[in-house]
This record gives sequence, C-alpha cells and structure tokens, in this order.
Amino acid sequence: MTDKSVKHEKAAARQVAALFFTSIVGSAFAVYAYFAFPITEELGTVRLNTLLLGLGITLGLLGIGIGAVHWAKTLMPDAEVSEERHIARGSEEVRARAVEIIKLADSESGFSRRKLIRRSLYGALALFPLPAIMIFGDLGPNPGDTLRHTMWKKGTRLAKDPSGLPIKASDVTIGSVFHVIPEGLSELEHHKLEEKAKAAVLLVRLDPADIKESEERKSWSYDGIVAYSKICTHVGCPVALYEQHTHHLLCPCHQSTFDVTDACKVVFGPASRPLPQLPITVDAEGYLIAQSDFTEPVGPSFWER
Amino acid sequence: MKNKGSRRSPFAAVLVMAAGLALTGGGYAAATAAVEQVKPASAVASAAQVEEGRKLFLANCASCHGKAAEGSAAGPSLIGVGAASVDFQVGTGRMPGQASGPQLQAKKVQFTQEQIDSLAAYVASLAPGPAVPTEEMLAADGDATRGGELFRINCAMCHNAVGAGGALTEGKFAPSLTGVESKHIYEAMVTGPQNMPVFNDANLTPEDKKDIITYLKYVEENPSAGGYELANLGPVVEGLFAWVFVLGLIIAITIWLGAKSN
Repeated sequence: MTDKSVKHEKAAARQVAALFFTSIVGSAFAVYAYFAFPITEELGTVRLNTLLLGLGITLGLLGIGIGAVHWAKTLMPDAEVSEERHIARGSEEVRARAVEIIKLADSESGFSRRKLIRRSLYGALALFPLPAIMIFGDLGPNPGDTLRHTMWKKGTRLAKDPSGLPIKASDVTIGSVFHVIPEGLSELEHHKLEEKAKAAVLLVRLDPADIKESEERKSWSYDGIVAYSKICTHVGCPVALYEQHTHHLLCPCHQSTFDVTDACKVVFGPASRPLPQLPITVDAEGYLIAQSDFTEPVGPSFWER
Repeated sequence: MKNKGSRRSPFAAVLVMAAGLALTGGGYAAATAAVEQVKPASAVASAAQVEEGRKLFLANCASCHGKAAEGSAAGPSLIGVGAASVDFQVGTGRMPGQASGPQLQAKKVQFTQEQIDSLAAYVASLAPGPAVPTEEMLAADGDATRGGELFRINCAMCHNAVGAGGALTEGKFAPSLTGVESKHIYEAMVTGPQNMPVFNDANLTPEDKKDIITYLKYVEENPSAGGYELANLGPVVEGLFAWVFVLGLIIAITIWLGAKSN
C-alpha cells in the first residue's frame, strides 16, 4: 500500500519514527526511574525500582525492534530476490599459494627437520591435561559408611528444631507433631547441615490402639509416641505434611504418602520403601531418647542399597 | 467602657471547657467499655452465659455432636476441646458444617461474637481445654525473624513459606493464612482443627506462637521484594504464566513478523 500512495508512505514513516521515539522515551525513563525511585531500607522500594527500570528498558528495546520490523515491512521493497550459491572451493592459484605458505612456514620454523623439538612438543601436549585428572580425583573423598549412619546413637535425647531443647514424653500430646533434631546438633562445629539432613525426625503421638506394630518393633515406640525419619525414601525431600485424622504423612515434592499407623509404609506415590523408624524410649528424667541409630540407611536408595 | 467589638459571650469559655471535658471523659468511658468488650472469654464465664450457650448448643450443634456434646457417628465429642476450639470453628464459619466433603471450609459466620462466646463458655464448662487467647498473646509485636524460622520448620510444609496455603491428599488442603485473624491462627495452633496437628505450649510456647503471628502479619503487610507474586503458589503458577502468556506473546510476535504488511 505504501508504495502506491504517498499518503500511506508518509503515515508509515511517521509510525516508524514514533516507535523509535518511544524507545528514546523508554530509555530516558529508565534512567529517570533509577534515580527518582531509589532503593532504600524498605523492601517495597526494590520492587518499584526494578519494575519501573524494567518497564523503561523494555520500552527502549521493544521500540527499536518493532520500529525496525515495521520499517522493513512497510517502507522497504518487498520484491523477492534469489541469490546464487557460490562455489566453496578456492581457485587453483589460491590453493597453490596456500601450500606455498605452509611449506615456507615449515622450512623457516624447521618443524619437520628438528626432531627433538617436535617430539618434545608432542610429549608436552600429551601430558598437560594430566593435572586436570588429578583435580577430578579431589571431588571425593568416597562417602564411606556416612550414608548408613546418622548422629543418633543410644541415649541421644530428642530435641526440638531449631531450639535444641529436649522433649519430654509428657509434652507430646495426642495429635501433636514435633520436628526433631538430635540433642547436640546445634553445637556441632562442622557438617551441621549434613548431619541435620540425615538425622531430621518427625515425632507423633497416636492412640496406642491405632498403631499396627510388628512384634520386633513393639519396643520401638513409647506409649503411642513414634519417631520416623523425615527424609523421603524417594529423592530425599523432607516429608512433613502430617494429617492428624488420617495419620498420613505426605511428601510435598512428589506426593508420596506414608501411613504413620502402619510403620510408615507407602500408601501412594513414587517412594518405594517405608520411612525408617527411630527406636525411642524415655530416660530417668522423662525425656525422650533414642535407643540406637536408625537400623537402616535413611533417605533415597543409593548404589549399594 | 462598653466592649462592643467582642463577639464572645462570657459563658463561651465555660461552655467550651464543659464540651471538651464531656468529649474526653465520654470518649474514655467508651474506649474502656470497648476494651472490656474484647475480653469476656478470658474472664470466668457466668452461669447465665453457660446456660445461654447450652441452649444454642442444643439448637444448633446437638444433632451431630450429641445432646451432652458426647459425640455421635456424625460428629466428634466436644468434651475437653476447650473454648479455643469453639471460637475457631464457629468464629471462622467452619461450624455448623453444612455440606460434607474432604474438609469443612471457612464460610460466612452464622453467630454473633456474643453467641460464640456463650457456646465456647458452655463447651469449656464440660471439661478443661485450651482457652481463647488474650489480646496480649495476639499482639503482633514479637520477633518476625524468629517467627519466620519457626513457621518454616513447623508450618510451611503445608501452609507454604508465606502462608499462601497448599494441597494435601484426596482433596484436603491447608488454607491460606492471609487475612486470617490472629486469634484464629493462635487457636488453630493450640487445638489442631481437622487434619492440622496440634502445637501445644510445650512444642511452640506462647511466645513462639506470638512470633509466628508477627511473621505472618509482617509478610501480609509488606510487599514482596521480588515483584508480583502470582498468588505465591510457586513453580506451578509461575510455569503456567510463562507457558501461556510469555509463549503466547512470542508466538504472536512471530506471526506478526511473518505476516504481510497491509
């Protein structure tokens, strides 16, 4: 249309110029907004600042882009043009000249002649990646038996996360859920998070009549109080969505569901093993303590399991 | 000399003072009355209030919970659930329940606060249980940082890190905590309504609970620094936004680029 009518052509030209002008306004606004809405102590100012800055920059870039496309579509010729493909091979002269240059370089550097230099260079090139292999070796050390053990051991008190205060059996009323760490975890100087990631436990009190316990696990609970690893056996998310009435524990990542009344067996979802149970009892002062470490590795399956 | 210029009557000052006194005194009286209105639940319930509550109970609750709140197949026993439980369930409209489903949801409250207080007094008179928290326990002036940590450890797995709520199993869900009264948040922690576990005072001390409420009120009142939250529901909503709107925009631009100009 614009190549047929002068009026349309002028209008299109004005539109393109307007788009470029919009871009100028946007960029200028971005600069203005950066100074006019500074980031202060208050969190909300970060949001306003980034929002206005972003809008300005967007307008600045989009104006140029849309303007250029509009220009090409309306004002530039739209006749179709075909272009022949060129031969990739160089002419005989060019090829001969190239060979000449390579030969000259070889004779001047003596690469073919000086065997000692050439072979020692090959040796150097072959050996220089070796240090990288050494560094890969440092990705270790091998985990050893750390995947099979946690901080829990005989007599470790169950403590509240994050305060580390020990929990009395009488504190745990029916229907309540405690997020538990081993006592002493907060005082660890090294690997605190690694230990927490393995040792995190969920403590729940059920009506003893509701619990289905196998003969060998009868002594693992205390008066309806049961403790299970909080680390999902699927890929290790913290399983902590406890439903008080259904006694189901839900993992928020992939919806694996475990039945707390029945040894935390899987009732739904991708997890394939029950959550490991921590055998607990009480000490002389009435605090809950572990009878031992978990009797199986916690968390997801690994290569030797 | 006759003071012709003065437009003030000699009584004006007296009148102004009287009006001022009446306003401040009356205002104070009204304010103290309002303050006292707030905390009848924490005071010892009168026999009349318990009786009033019993009548309301028989008329509205007994068909499911039994004539003496002993429970039936349709509803649990309310003996020992305490005033806090009644104030939460009735005060958020969850009770009386109207439709069966995966869980009872908050809806329009059907009783006045006075009636709820009476019901709570009646249920509390049956057996001891958690009381309605006092104003002081609810003031959101605790430590929001500590409250945030406690919230992330104890609550966030179900209610989301900023209390936006989340899904549970088989149609159940943890509701959003935005806009929920401090009183009801506190009562929910103490009583563990429906599938929510109980957080007794040994687990989360009253101070812990206050800090948690402080945190929730803080995130409610302060805008997110990270831009618009898209309901704070995380990767699902954000992904949906990116796939539908951003991808849609890119497709639209691509079509425009390829289209012939008219």
